[in-house]
Amino acid sequence: MRAPDGPLIVKGDVILAAENVSLGFGGVKALTDVSFDIQKGEIRAIIGPNGAGKTSMLNCINGFYHPTEGSITFKGQRRPRMRPSEAARGGIARTFQNVALFKGMTTLDNLMAGRSLKMSRGFVWQALRFGPAMREEVEHRKAVEEIIDFLEIQAIRRTPVGKLPYGLQKRVELGRALAMEPEVLLLDEPMAGMNLEEKEDMCRFILDVNQQFGTTIALIEHDMGVVMDLSDRVVVLEYGRKIADGTPAEVKRDERVIAAYLGQAHA
Amino acid sequence: MDLLYKIFVDPFVQMGAAPDLLVQTVWEGLVAGVLYSLIALGFVLIFTASGVFNFALGIMVVFAALTLVGLTEKGVPAYLALALTVGVMFVLAVAIERAVLRPLVNQPDIILFMATFGLTYFLIGLGEMIFGGSPKQMITDQLGLPRGAVDIPMLGGMVSLQKIDIAAAVIASLAVASLALFFQKTRIGRALRAVADSHKAALSVGISLNQIWIVVWFTAGIVALVTGIMWGARSEVSFALEIIALKALPVLILGGFTSVPGAIVGGLIIGIGEKLGEFYWGPLVGGGIESWLAYFIALGFLLVRPEGLFGDKLIERI
Ligand SMILES: Nc1ncnc2c1ncn2[C@@H]1O[C@H](COP(=O)(O)OP(=O)(O)O)[C@@H](O)[C@H]1O
Ligand SMILES: [Mg+2]
Repeated sequence: MRAPDGPLIVKGDVILAAENVSLGFGGVKALTDVSFDIQKGEIRAIIGPNGAGKTSMLNCINGFYHPTEGSITFKGQRRPRMRPSEAARGGIARTFQNVALFKGMTTLDNLMAGRSLKMSRGFVWQALRFGPAMREEVEHRKAVEEIIDFLEIQAIRRTPVGKLPYGLQKRVELGRALAMEPEVLLLDEPMAGMNLEEKEDMCRFILDVNQQFGTTIALIEHDMGVVMDLSDRVVVLEYGRKIADGTPAEVKRDERVIAAYLGQAHA
Repeated sequence: MDLLYKIFVDPFVQMGAAPDLLVQTVWEGLVAGVLYSLIALGFVLIFTASGVFNFALGIMVVFAALTLVGLTEKGVPAYLALALTVGVMFVLAVAIERAVLRPLVNQPDIILFMATFGLTYFLIGLGEMIFGGSPKQMITDQLGLPRGAVDIPMLGGMVSLQKIDIAAAVIASLAVASLALFFQKTRIGRALRAVADSHKAALSVGISLNQIWIVVWFTAGIVALVTGIMWGARSEVSFALEIIALKALPVLILGGFTSVPGAIVGGLIIGIGEKLGEFYWGPLVGGGIESWLAYFIALGFLLVRPEGLFGDKLIERI
């Protein structure tokens, strides 16, 4: 799909690794000495109770936060302080726990904004909407239309996304991330606040993205059923520390996990 | 009763009695209005991209005009001076991004707003140091801008259009139209709207805030230059030109700080309303109402339509 700008990484190789990552905010330690890796092509779930540090981990991975200790290695390159634009350029896309869309813009424009990095024609061409810039716009429009078909959101193409119900907003947000044609997709509670039908749709999309496009996915999710069904491997965080790491079946049997997480009401 | 008559009836009787004067007044208001729209768009661009009310835009108008005139005084041909001034505005945009915006990122908006005050005084100082503080004449002829007037017999009278006003209206309209297109239709315009809606989402798709800031400050610099040339040609180039930025404030109150159509329509309403008010209602209060009439119109309008012209998240964003 795209030429990797690092060493060639094939399915099963480690594409991203967190090494002894700690993150502090003043007195609060959001993460303490967390290490785990993500293999190319897998769906890697990150679970844990509220406040365990899951979102903070994703924020470290895409460069919003910089680990106070430790580092993230992405495609063989160790980057202690990666900027969000570098992460995006390297092929990391994400969605947010509380939906961060461009509310005033249409679905189409949101997805087109997802292709910002892929458009290269100069400013003047752009302003004139002429020649190569026009061709480029058409080309990207085609790619975006494919994603719109894939996510079955044709009907809301031209709707300003702020007006959409929450479930659809989450779908558009996934679409925007897909428009980046990412190698690694970070999904922060993509099914939170959805009804059963919407959840099933979202599960199907996540699996399809993973299987059809070979996209590596890191998924934060509270619904244990979903996690067991979707993920290849699971890492469990509690109070900022990693307490378990393995296949869903292994993690499910782990006593610390049962104590910390599965025993809780919302699990 | 008499006062009510003078306010609500008499001005309209006058308008009907001398329609050519009415047209003349509306025309003058229109020319000023387009320039207000343009400068207001300069504010909207920067506010949209960085949430800052750029207090320095007025002085950027002066600085751009002074640079252009100052360069020609030193013997640089007019069009080369124009190109050089565009270059200076670009350098200014990069410098502001590096020295002001980047170090202050993640600071509260009020800090950035204060920083634009600092920028204002810096540019006043720099402008005076390089070009001196005395008023200058805009290089109207060298730039090929017309002088004189055309008189058009109309409605049983005569409407007189200054040629420079016609040029100003045309050029400013073109500038406004290109800005609106730039904002709505280009990739960079889309990125800019994206940044306005959500910083973190924009960052996550790889949009560079630093680049966007340079683009909007440079664009605002060009807006300042065009405004400075046209407004300067209609009067003179001095630090008093800064006033035009104050005229943009009521436009923004009316149209919203983030609305492109709001700035355009708001500018026209304020421009035309101001001239009509001055001409037909000004004598009632003994004149001298130019300084506050625009605010009066804006606030009066808000009483009728509190959501502003286009219902753009107006009040809470101020
Ligand atoms: N920007 C921040 N400033 C201060 N504390 C933060 C910040 N982000 C996260 N935290 C803290 O870090 C801890 C982990 O939060 P988070 O990563 O959001 O957990 P989770 O996503 O697992 O619910 C919480 O105690 C939270 O308050
Ligand atoms: Mg979270």
